[in-house]
Amino acid sequence: MGLMSFFAPRVTKGVYGLMAEYDSPDTLLEACKAVRDAGYKKTDSFSPFPIHGMEEALGLPESKVGKIAILFAFTGAGTALLLQWWTAVKSYPLIVGGKPLFAFEPSIPITFELTVLLSCFSSVLIMLALNGLPRFNHPVFGAKGFERVGDDRFMLLIEKSDPKFDESATRQLLEGTHPKSTQLVESN
Amino acid sequence: MAQLATTATLPAITKPLAQELNPTLVQGNLTYHEVTNQVCEIVEGGVHRNWYIGFAISLSIFLMMIGMLGYQLFTGVGVWGNNAPVGWAWDITNFVFWIGIGHAGTLISAVLFLFRQKWRTSINRAAEAMTLFAVLCAAIYPIMHTGRPWRGYWMLPLPNIDLNMWQNFRSPLMWDVFAISTYGSVSAVFWYMGLIPDLATLRDRAVMSGRHTRATILGVLSLGWRFSARHWTNYEKMYLLLAAISTPLVLSVHSIVSFDFATSIVPGWHTTIFPPYFVAGAVFSGFAMVQTLLLVTRWALGLENLITPKHLDNMNKIILATGMIVGYAYATEFFIAWYSANQYERFVFFNRAFGPYWWAYAIMVSCNVLSPQIFWVKSLRTNVLVTFIMSIFVNIGMWFERFVIIASSLHRDFLPSSWGYFQPTYVDICTFIGTFGFFMTMFLLFLRFVPCIALSEVKGAMASQTHLPGHDPVRDTTPVHAGGHH
Repeated sequence: MGLMSFFAPRVTKGVYGLMAEYDSPDTLLEACKAVRDAGYKKTDSFSPFPIHGMEEALGLPESKVGKIAILFAFTGAGTALLLQWWTAVKSYPLIVGGKPLFAFEPSIPITFELTVLLSCFSSVLIMLALNGLPRFNHPVFGAKGFERVGDDRFMLLIEKSDPKFDESATRQLLEGTHPKSTQLVESN
Repeated sequence: MAQLATTATLPAITKPLAQELNPTLVQGNLTYHEVTNQVCEIVEGGVHRNWYIGFAISLSIFLMMIGMLGYQLFTGVGVWGNNAPVGWAWDITNFVFWIGIGHAGTLISAVLFLFRQKWRTSINRAAEAMTLFAVLCAAIYPIMHTGRPWRGYWMLPLPNIDLNMWQNFRSPLMWDVFAISTYGSVSAVFWYMGLIPDLATLRDRAVMSGRHTRATILGVLSLGWRFSARHWTNYEKMYLLLAAISTPLVLSVHSIVSFDFATSIVPGWHTTIFPPYFVAGAVFSGFAMVQTLLLVTRWALGLENLITPKHLDNMNKIILATGMIVGYAYATEFFIAWYSANQYERFVFFNRAFGPYWWAYAIMVSCNVLSPQIFWVKSLRTNVLVTFIMSIFVNIGMWFERFVIIASSLHRDFLPSSWGYFQPTYVDICTFIGTFGFFMTMFLLFLRFVPCIALSEVKGAMASQTHLPGHDPVRDTTPVHAGGHH
C-alpha cells in the first residue's frame, strides 16, 4: 500500500486473495510467521489492535513515517527563524526596548513551537499517505465476518497478486495454521 | 487485597508476572467483545435521563456566558473589574487556570505513553477531550481582552493591509499566541488520530445493525480505516512521534505562559522559578480536574470495571507529588524574597501572605499544600468520595494560586498613590461560571457521541496482560478479579 495506491489501476473482477480467520492474536501471529516462512510477500493481517511482534511476523519493513517527518521538523524550524529574522530586520525594522532587532535567544520559543506544529501535522499526513488513506472502498471489506475485525476477530490475507499464490496450495498452507475458517475474497 | 485474591487463583509460576502487569486495570472477566459492547453501547443507544438533565444545566450556564461575552463585546472591556493598578485580573487568572487544566490530558496521553504506563489506556481519551475543551475555554479570555475580537487575526503573522506592520516576535505575549495555538491544534490532531480505529469499530457496528446514514458518516470520519497490520505499523510510529513531540510541547506551553509574568519587572512576577513552578502547578490542577470528570463519568455511565481504584490511586499519587512540588515552590519564593535582600521583593511576599489578600493566600496554601497530604494513606487514595472532594479542593486552590500571583503582585503599585484593591464585577463572575458551562456542555456531547474509552488501546493492554505462556489468551487467564471491589 504505497503512496501512489490511490492512482493505481483497480484489479479487475475476480479473486482478490485468500483470507483466514483466527480466534486470538497469538494464533494469528503464529500463522503470519508460517506464511512468511513459506515465502509469501503480499500478505496482510487484520486485528482490532496492533499486535506486538506483528511487523516481524509479517516481515514488514520499519515504518518510514519518522524519517520523512524529520525533514518537516527542520522546515518548521527554518521557517520560524526566517520569519522572525526577515520581519524584524528586513521588512519592518523597529527598535523595541533598546533590544537588538534579531537575536537567537528570544527566537527560541516560536522556533520550537513551529517545529512541533509542522512535525505533528506532517507525521499525520505522511502516515495517511503511506497507508493510502482515506480510501473508503476495499476488497477486504467484502470478506465474510470482516465487520467484526474492529471488535474481536483476527484475520490473515494472502493476495492473489503474490507470485507464490496458488489457490489450492495457499489454502492448504492456511488450513495448516489452525484457522477458524478460510474464504476467498472477491475483487471489487 | 483484591490483587492478592486474583493472583492466588493463578498457577504459581505466573504469580509474579501477574502482579507486575497490574491486573487491576480491567476488572471482571471481560472478553474483547464485552469491552467493545460496553463502550459502544453508550454512544449507540439512547442516553440516560441524567445526561439530559446535566446537559440542560450546562447549556444554560454556557448560554449565560454567551450573553456576558455579547454584553462585553457591545459595551467594552470596562464591564470587567480590571482597572489600574490591577490591569490583569480574572481574565488572565482564568486563562492560566484553564490552560493548566489542559496539561494533564496531554501528560496522560503523551508522557505516560512514552513511559509505557498501561493504566493510562482507559482514561486517556476523556483526558485528551478535556484538554481540548479547556484550551478553548482559555482562549476566550485573551481574545475577549483584546476588546476587538474581530481583529483577532492581527495576532497572526499574516501580511495584511490594515495593520501595515509585523507582530513583535520578541514579546512573550506573541510567544503565547504560538504556544497556545500549537498546543490546541496538536492536541486536537492527537485526539482525532487516537479516535480513528474506534470510529471504524463504530462504523462496522453500524453496518451490522443496518444504520446506513450513521455508517456513512462514521466511514468518512474513520477515513476508511481497515485495521490492517501494514497500516498499524505506520499508525503506531505516527502515534509514538506525536507523543514524543507533545511531551516537550506540554512543558513549553506553561513555561511560555509563565514568561508573560517572569519577563516583566513586577516584583512577585520577575522570578526564574516560574516555568517549572507553573508546569508543576498545571499538572497538579489538571489531574484534579481529570479526577473530577472521570468520577462523574464513571458513575454516570457505569464504567466502574474500566476506571478502577487503581487509576484513582495512581492519579492521586501524581497529585500528591506535584502538590508537594508546588508547596516547595511557594517556600522557595519566600526564601528567595528574603535572601535577595530586595525590599520590594520582601514587601510583595510579606504582603501576599499577610496583606489585604491574605484570605486568598490562606485558601491557596490549605487547598494545595496541606489537604493533599491525606493522600499518603492508601485507603484514602482509592476512596471515590475522598478523591472527588479532594479534586474539587485542588481545583479551587489552583485557581486561587493564579489569582494570588496576579492580583497580589499588582495591587501594590510602585507608587503608593496608585495602590488599589481588585473586586470582580458580576460580568467577571458570570463569565467565569459560564466557562464551566461551556466546558461541561462540550464534555457531555463528547460522552454522548464519541467512545469515551480508547477501545483499541484497552484491548491491546488486555492482550499484553494475557501473554502468559501456555494459556488461551482471552478468557482463561485474564488475570483479573474473582470478586471485584465491593
